[in-house]
Amino acid sequence: MIEKEMRVRRIEHGTVIDHITAGQALNVLRILGVSGTTSAVVSVAMNVPSGAIGSKDIVKVENRELEEEEVDRISLIAPNATINIIRDFAVIEKYRVDLPEKLVGVVKCANPNCISNTNEPVISRFTVNKKPVELRCIYCDHVISEGIAEHLI
Amino acid sequence: MMLNHIISMKDFSRDEIDIILNRAKKFEPVARGKRSNLLSGKILATLFYEPSTRTRLSFETAMKRLGGEVIDLGSIETSSIVKGENLADTIRVIGNYADSIVLRHPREGAARMASEFSKVPIINAGDGAGHHPTQTLLDLYTIMRESSLSNLRIALVGDLKYGRTVHSLAYALSLYHADVTLVSPAQLKMPEVIKKDLKKKGAVVRETTSIEDIVEEVDVLYVTRIQKERFPDPAEYQKVAGVYRVTEELLKKACENLIIMHPMPRVDEIDPAVDRTKFARYFEQSFYGVPVRMALLAMAMEAV
Repeated sequence: MIEKEMRVRRIEHGTVIDHITAGQALNVLRILGVSGTTSAVVSVAMNVPSGAIGSKDIVKVENRELEEEEVDRISLIAPNATINIIRDFAVIEKYRVDLPEKLVGVVKCANPNCISNTNEPVISRFTVNKKPVELRCIYCDHVISEGIAEHLI
Repeated sequence: MMLNHIISMKDFSRDEIDIILNRAKKFEPVARGKRSNLLSGKILATLFYEPSTRTRLSFETAMKRLGGEVIDLGSIETSSIVKGENLADTIRVIGNYADSIVLRHPREGAARMASEFSKVPIINAGDGAGHHPTQTLLDLYTIMRESSLSNLRIALVGDLKYGRTVHSLAYALSLYHADVTLVSPAQLKMPEVIKKDLKKKGAVVRETTSIEDIVEEVDVLYVTRIQKERFPDPAEYQKVAGVYRVTEELLKKACENLIIMHPMPRVDEIDPAVDRTKFARYFEQSFYGVPVRMALLAMAMEAV
């Protein structure tokens, strides 16, 4: 525990996303809109040994609490992630991400010929199967089961 | 009020399908020319963004024989679509003129989206490689009239990968617990995700590449065209074009009550000599499109 605190220092206000599937930290940053030119204070730890899941990634973002839609996106690529909301150095809320039953405007349909990939005024919508994770487009029925991170909007 | 959109076979339970098929049977005399005024005063709009002969003409026939009127887009080139109008706007405009809209569109999911914008019932007449539920219903009707939907053994032959009719039909057959044999070249096998859905529904599904092996074991031979226009690569098409051909020779092994169906148009999958055999039912099948579409039009418009 102490060693972990050393690796990624404590934050005063913000969000700690823990138990991210190893290798997905950069995708989590992408979801949060954190790019190389951000002014936010962000700490990233990758491939940290973890008793529960072998190894994991951790992302800490200062002065920011996540929107529900951002949590939905994270749940798609890191289904075991936990979200810790920090205020005044204390965890005031901690929860595990949970895949929603429906995803609206989160993922782009992988079928290039789907009506949702045109200039029509529609937002992508998927129904979600949790185990295994499969997203089914409500318009064209196309199923996304692999490489979901590549289809995030 | 809930509109009676007809978008995908997956929206129908077996009971609802049975109601439509039984309704279609009552319309058969009207389809053969008996006068009806059931839909008199109603207007059907046909929006075909892709070419169609049978589907469009059989909808028009069904509507007119029920006493209704039909309006259409004319050619796409002279319509507002070339000016860049999107489908959502077109649907909202036409919905102010007509009591129901029949839509064929090259994009998958177009009909589902149209139903979200429409204040009149949308009938999907094909959305890209997606659904074509009225074809499936007329296929089921043909089986009901010319063979039997119970204890059915059916072979689906040809392009099972790109062919939209077979995907919808296979799904519907799973509701009837049919014994389904899939016959296709290796490159054109039915997609895994669809097979998984079928097995989940409890259908018995087998796969083979040889039509000779199974012709004596089935009640229905459902033959499809290998569609050139759905192939991304013309070289791939050439490899599989003409691999299956139903001939009188092949049918020597067929069981007595076999029927042969085909959604049409055919190219060379069925030898013209087969037309004269007792097995051929594809022309009856295309006629049955009229009573089935009458049942759907009535469902969509009579209560509105």
